[in-house]
Amino acid sequence: MLSASSIANRVRAGELDPVAVATEALSRLDAREPAVHAYLHVDREDVMQRAEALAQRVHRGDDPGRLAGVPVSLKDNIAVKGQTLTAGSRILEGYRAPYTSHVAERLQAEGALLLGRTNLDEFAMGASTENSAYGASRNPWDTSRVPGGSSGGSAAAVGAGIVPVALGSETGGSIRQPAALCGVTGFKPTYGHVSRYGLVAFGSSLDQIGPITAHAEDAALVYDVIAGADPRDSTCLRGERPSAARAKADVEGLRIAVPEDFVDDSVDAHVLMRVSEAMAVLEEAGAIVKVVERGRLAHAPLSIPVYYLVSSSEAAANLSRFDGMRYGPRHEGDTLLDTYRATRGELFGPEVRRRIMLGTFALSAGYHDAWYRKALQVRRLIQREFEALFEEFDLVAAPTSPFGAFSMGEKTDDPYAMYLCDLLTAPACLAGLPSVSVPCGLSKRGPYKGLPVGLQLIGAAGEDHRVLATARAFESERGEPERCELFGGSAA
Amino acid sequence: MTGTATPHSAPGRWFPVIGLEIHVQLATATKMFCRCEARYGAPPNTLVCPVCTAQPGTLPVLNAEAVRLGVLAGLAIGCEIDTVLEFDRKNYYYPDLPKGYQISQYDRPLCHDGRFAFELPDGSRREITIQRAHLEEDSGKVIHPEGLDLSLVDLNRAGTPLLEIVSGPDLRSPAEASAYLQAMRQTLRYAGVSDCDMEKGSFRCDANLSLRPSEDAPFGTRTEVKNLNSFRFVEAALNAEIERQSAVLDAGGTVIQATLGFDPDSGLTTQLRTKEEVHDYRYFREPDLPAFAVTADWIEQLRGVLPESPVARHQRYVGVFALAPEHADALVADKALGDFLDATVDAGASPGSAARWILSEVLRLANAAKRPLDELAITPARVAEVVALVDAGQLSLQASRHLATAVEGQPEVAVRELAEALDLLQVSGADELTGVVREVLAVEADLVARYRGGKTELFHALLGAVMKASRGKANPGTVRELLERELA
Repeated sequence: MLSASSIANRVRAGELDPVAVATEALSRLDAREPAVHAYLHVDREDVMQRAEALAQRVHRGDDPGRLAGVPVSLKDNIAVKGQTLTAGSRILEGYRAPYTSHVAERLQAEGALLLGRTNLDEFAMGASTENSAYGASRNPWDTSRVPGGSSGGSAAAVGAGIVPVALGSETGGSIRQPAALCGVTGFKPTYGHVSRYGLVAFGSSLDQIGPITAHAEDAALVYDVIAGADPRDSTCLRGERPSAARAKADVEGLRIAVPEDFVDDSVDAHVLMRVSEAMAVLEEAGAIVKVVERGRLAHAPLSIPVYYLVSSSEAAANLSRFDGMRYGPRHEGDTLLDTYRATRGELFGPEVRRRIMLGTFALSAGYHDAWYRKALQVRRLIQREFEALFEEFDLVAAPTSPFGAFSMGEKTDDPYAMYLCDLLTAPACLAGLPSVSVPCGLSKRGPYKGLPVGLQLIGAAGEDHRVLATARAFESERGEPERCELFGGSAA
Repeated sequence: MTGTATPHSAPGRWFPVIGLEIHVQLATATKMFCRCEARYGAPPNTLVCPVCTAQPGTLPVLNAEAVRLGVLAGLAIGCEIDTVLEFDRKNYYYPDLPKGYQISQYDRPLCHDGRFAFELPDGSRREITIQRAHLEEDSGKVIHPEGLDLSLVDLNRAGTPLLEIVSGPDLRSPAEASAYLQAMRQTLRYAGVSDCDMEKGSFRCDANLSLRPSEDAPFGTRTEVKNLNSFRFVEAALNAEIERQSAVLDAGGTVIQATLGFDPDSGLTTQLRTKEEVHDYRYFREPDLPAFAVTADWIEQLRGVLPESPVARHQRYVGVFALAPEHADALVADKALGDFLDATVDAGASPGSAARWILSEVLRLANAAKRPLDELAITPARVAEVVALVDAGQLSLQASRHLATAVEGQPEVAVRELAEALDLLQVSGADELTGVVREVLAVEADLVARYRGGKTELFHALLGAVMKASRGKANPGTVRELLERELA
């Protein structure tokens, strides 16, 4: 499968017909989707019509855009007018978005072909995509395993080589963790760099949309397209963002911190081994890698409780609008209260109900100070510790996920074990920092043998271009990532 | 402290303590967090968009005009303005609340610590505290169509900007509460922040009330009476609730903290929910809106453009315009009337004459037409012309009344032309009048002879004769002068 930038370049040059690109992507989808269940909905007619319209644009001599002809799949919590927007939930079954998100507008304006709605944990709550109300997605490297989550459909689609680019959303690790588990690149921008307008809200102070791509350079290209000011999201920063695609991919003299605080016993030894090798690759290319002693990010280990308190509190409010009154199915009761209870009680899945209860509790009178307020205080401490670290370092490196792709059903009975998937990704989310996960090889032994490992790089706020440039440099130093064998080794 | 506390009529002696919460819709063109039109009376659900119907993925964007009006209102009611503007989510479920939470302000209201002075019906002045005034969004409306087993939701109103003004527990009688409410409405209308129309719901009131055995006893348990949406109901509801609480206390019972409604038909308050059922709103900072800076410079700039308050206007009318206090009262009570006067004076009329003429003639025209002042054809500029004619002695007050009707009826014809066409202008030219005077003196030779013989009181008869001969158009002053000269 071609990279997004090659597709766009060839389409712009008139060497590649976008209709052929779309047809091929749809036939790959037909062949591979049954194994991975990455998609919730595909509007083939719409894709083909848009590909034809694009072909005409090229024919007329108009510039079709930086993503001309690139098939891009969107997580089914990102609004595109007229398309499904289930957020993986029964409570939005049959709903069609009445407007288009900022990111989809940007992609369409640059000639991307929006191809399909990808699966996710219900309302993006989960780390395995098993919380989807429409069936779990599967890992293209081993379909008995999970693709990670919550953007598991997007990561599986890219990992299976169906599309070169998909968009995910991340609140605590939902882009980077599935990218790591599926052997692809995933990037979460600085909070406020990409408009959330049109993203079904989960934890509003944490949510960001970002790319999942087969090639690191494509993550930069897509970031450049979707990042930027948007007056419809008041938390979206104004002004220009430096281009990540044009940023110099040079690691010479780059100061990289490897904090001991990130790593505890739960991190798989073989994952750590691959990450150490990755650090050696960067060092060889001229980076200055330094292990940072325990204590500099002293509060990072509290990220899990802090993250679950903050995100669940915000989610409890954000999900209040799903009441069956204005849209979505309604389960009628005898009284208004009964109707609310039936609709929300029967149409939300167990994990969503658990988080709503947790968030409602954390915000309740008498508990607010002990839980929600305290969580905000620790969050601020985590932010400050990162700020201090970035006075000495350009990047922080760590594994993306403590472990590789785990088996389906392995953690479904133990919510807390599932929550620990976010252990290494939640800190950057709480601090609002840009962070990428790039593939750094396969685990050689142990329970995740033969499965991909992700290297996580975190930058200071606003340094998205530097993070992505380093990811590009790493990929070119190390060589193209291993591709999954499932589809004849040519998946991506 | 009050001097106006009035004991109620029940057997015990209980002293009421009252605080009011007023919801004022701010007069923005669009809603608070989306760009839908904010307008009353449109067909249901025609002023809605993905944001104000809470479609998934939508986000609020603050309307700066709502903040501007909120600051103006805060300044007008004597509040301090916070320089940091932050919003919170107030969580509760109801079908008229699309998001399942209301964007409001919890611990940092835009306006706080105000002092608001107003006049009681007996003319005495009263000053109470305003605890806070905060910005929030209005809900939609649930409609229960009669005879149908269903409810309908209209979201046109959802997202309309509101300012909630919370008074201290400083009011001591229903009459005081009513006077406060009236003064508050007048002040806000003067500030131009709202039309404060109770019938259209742009000015709504909830009351908190408790009783205590003496004026310096600690406050008793309070109840909240919701939706007092007419001035008539406020006093009636508060009196009814005083009666109800008094009866409970007189019987040795205790008042239960509760939220009540008022039924205007029965004149009784009825319990909606008790303290046990009280909502936990689980407030937290609205993460979709960053903190906004409200600079001290901007606040001062707004203070500079704050329209004149009713109190200041009254002082100006009495002090600068030298109007009679009762004229000033009438002109201030109706802001449109005072605005009309100021515009007339700006057009060159003398304030005293303009005030008298507006209060009699313009009001008469408005009443006859059953229309507000700004819908009359007569304009302040044309009133100024009429008043100038009266002041110059060219038009008698009596004649000006005839002219008023013509000026209203024929807006396209110049005032002087109308007066001439109707032959209403007084003749005050000495040359013209000298002829008339001499004619009359010749005709009334007998009277002249008796006057010269010492019957000086006959001067008035001669004056009357001249006025009659001029068919009322002569200027009496000029006639007097001419008569005195001719008879000398």
